[in-house]
Amino acid sequence: MGKLIIVSRLVVRDLRYRRGETAMLVIAFVAATATLTLGLVLHGVTSHPYQQTRAATAGPDVEATAFPSRGGPPADRAALASLTPLVRARGVTAHTGPYPVAFAVLRAAGHTDAVLAEGRGQAPAAVDQPALTQGSWVRPGGMVLERSFADALGIRAGDRVTLNGRSFLVTGIAVTAAVPTSGVGFLESSPQFPNPGLIWVTRTAAESLATLAHPLGYLLNLKLANPSAAESFANIHTSGGSYRNNVGNPYLLPWQDISQQDGQLIRSEQQIMLVASWLLALLALSSVAVLVGGRMADQIRRVGLLKAVGGTPALVAGVLLAEYVAVALVAAVAGLAAGRLAAPLLTSPGAGLLGTAGAPPLTLGTAGEVVGVAVGVSAAAIFIPAIRAARTSTVSALLDAARQPRRRALLIALSARLPVPALLGLRLAARRPRRVAANAITIAVTVSGLVALLFAQASVGVPDLGATGSGDPGQFDVGFASQTERLDQVLLIVTVMLAMLAAVNAIFIAQATVRDARRNSAVTRGIGASCRQVAAGLSAAQVLPALAGALAGIPGGIGLFAAANQGGYSGTPPAWWLIAVVLLTVAGVAGLTAAPVRAGARSSIAEVLQAEVA
Amino acid sequence: MSATGNESMLRTRGLRKEYGKEASLVRAVDCVDLDVPAGETLAVMGPSGCGKSTLLHLLGGLDRPSAGEIWLAGERIDQMSERGMAALRRDAVGFVFQAFHLMDELTAVENVELPSLLAGRSPRAARRRARDLLEQVGLADRARHLPSQLSGGQRQRVAIARALANSPLIVLADEPTGNLDSEATLDVLQLFDSLHQTGQTLVIVTHDSRIAATADRLISMRDGAFVDDTRLTGGTVGNLSALAGLDG
Repeated sequence: MGKLIIVSRLVVRDLRYRRGETAMLVIAFVAATATLTLGLVLHGVTSHPYQQTRAATAGPDVEATAFPSRGGPPADRAALASLTPLVRARGVTAHTGPYPVAFAVLRAAGHTDAVLAEGRGQAPAAVDQPALTQGSWVRPGGMVLERSFADALGIRAGDRVTLNGRSFLVTGIAVTAAVPTSGVGFLESSPQFPNPGLIWVTRTAAESLATLAHPLGYLLNLKLANPSAAESFANIHTSGGSYRNNVGNPYLLPWQDISQQDGQLIRSEQQIMLVASWLLALLALSSVAVLVGGRMADQIRRVGLLKAVGGTPALVAGVLLAEYVAVALVAAVAGLAAGRLAAPLLTSPGAGLLGTAGAPPLTLGTAGEVVGVAVGVSAAAIFIPAIRAARTSTVSALLDAARQPRRRALLIALSARLPVPALLGLRLAARRPRRVAANAITIAVTVSGLVALLFAQASVGVPDLGATGSGDPGQFDVGFASQTERLDQVLLIVTVMLAMLAAVNAIFIAQATVRDARRNSAVTRGIGASCRQVAAGLSAAQVLPALAGALAGIPGGIGLFAAANQGGYSGTPPAWWLIAVVLLTVAGVAGLTAAPVRAGARSSIAEVLQAEVA
Repeated sequence: MSATGNESMLRTRGLRKEYGKEASLVRAVDCVDLDVPAGETLAVMGPSGCGKSTLLHLLGGLDRPSAGEIWLAGERIDQMSERGMAALRRDAVGFVFQAFHLMDELTAVENVELPSLLAGRSPRAARRRARDLLEQVGLADRARHLPSQLSGGQRQRVAIARALANSPLIVLADEPTGNLDSEATLDVLQLFDSLHQTGQTLVIVTHDSRIAATADRLISMRDGAFVDDTRLTGGTVGNLSALAGLDG
């Protein structure tokens, strides 16, 4: 009990004495644990909004479509006939349709976009009756827009738009479970209409929109006796036996597939957050390791004093471990709370579905995992220094004998041929290779995030052309862009967190380097180096690893984006964006480390050298 | 920068260094006037805390005075820019510290060549000069040793070689034998003696009267001020070991 009190007292006093460092360490851990929490709680929430919408709109178990070949008659009986047998197929309990569907071009408020116009009656349908969120249902001269599409275009009920040049009044906005929120690209038959938005008009209007180039198609909604068997139903009634590989009429889509597509956005977010949380944990580990390493230089005398007054090696190690584990625990709790609060923002289903994802499940297991990672990272970073401190002899600890720096003979010989700042910088860096590695890794991880973000940015506006592989990407991009924009925002949040942690790390590393090089800097100035040369040397010791890390971050970022994008279409950012990232990162590191470096280079030579004697 | 004839190599007028303010004001160096002719070996003695190390730091441009003037080889140095001070420390002054202050990760020869590299000499010339100096201090066979592999006396000899790297006008030594045993002390004193023979101006701060006895002149300090200035007759030309009382 007595030991516990001593350890607690020492931990609290030291944390209070080093408030600034403690605060930065807490920030590092909170960022990492909050991101990890987000990644974990996003798991399993993807299907909730789709189920709510499906229930509210009497969503179909299977949706079947048929389109005539291009150049055929505007209303092709054969296409319609291919759907008719499905109505009487085994297991079907109800149906609506077939409804006529036509591709058209919508123009509104400066936008031009492709749409699929579904011809509906004015009476409510028993299967797939879209739920209005604004205005009223279709009527002659009027149309209803699917909500995510309307939001992307900025159209509201009461606005006027044109379809193939004819004016229509937007009578309402509605949601449906019959198509994925990302658009109805799966229905397209024309490469000129990649990923069109969905609208509902009267049957007459839909039929009138068909052209020779884009003949009328048909859509049938089916309810099954056993909804869970929808996928096998779709396979049975698809020529070739697999609805996923269908090439001819009819095209069947089970509700599970739509649900899966709707969950893709959150799944992508989850993937990004999980990858990011591990990257952030890595940065947090680096922060703690650098901080502990830097602190140990200061704490070695404290360790000696503890031992001199009777503290055992176990007590010494215990104090160090307890200090950082305590910080990790507090930060993990804060990170859990922050992640839990932020999760609904990322689990929001978007405008295409009803309701919300609900409260993300923060289970005991998730909490345990987050706390475990935080404590594990902290313990891993402090373990070796704690053991080393415990083993240090009392006398040498009291004498504050600094750990011998590494000698890199080749680097020292090479640096003799360089200008003075580079000579000093390289030799400083060579003294602590692990710190240099931590610096480079930190920057590499951060730049990876930035590069991934740039790739995501470059991909905005490029639709996923999927099977068609062609089309006019610049023309109709609303549905895809809105989704990519959200992933882009997630990547931006992650990158900001990475940059924040990297900034904390850069400052920690610079402080540790300056502290470690205090005597050498003073001696170097004592034998003739100017403040500016020493400052430039200290700065070079930060910037050189940062440059290496930034260059390594480019392939890292490409890999990160590929992992997050999961094989989706990706654009390539211009080369100058990547060059700018490298240069700005290096400049950022130089800027962030300027203050500690300048302070280190300007400290009084006499005071430092006298302190060494004393 | 050079001093010839009777001109002082080093001169101070009204030199002061103060720490703190008002009630807690401490005058580490208090109105010191000093003239050190070229080629002289001057010893400054006094009890711990009397301000002798602070004086040395001021003379060598490691610290700036609160008031007064410092002239080195006819050039006023107390008002120099930081850059000018750095050049002064590099080219005109050689420092020898009690704690040696060698770079732990550099070998003896790498430590000695560092001031030459900082002065912009070619790596080859810097290395040649460093080897010559190590031979001069009797450590040619220890050139590739790290400081941790050298004895205290050897480390101090390396530090002296480093101080001479850029052929300074003056060598300032702060308790150069403070961390050494008798044998190593004798080695260092012999080195200073040979420097004196070559006409090198030396200022040695010490609290050891045996070391001070080897100088041309001895100044005693107390509470930041000079209290005695004595010209010694024995100097470094006599029996060094006997003078220093180190011959057993």
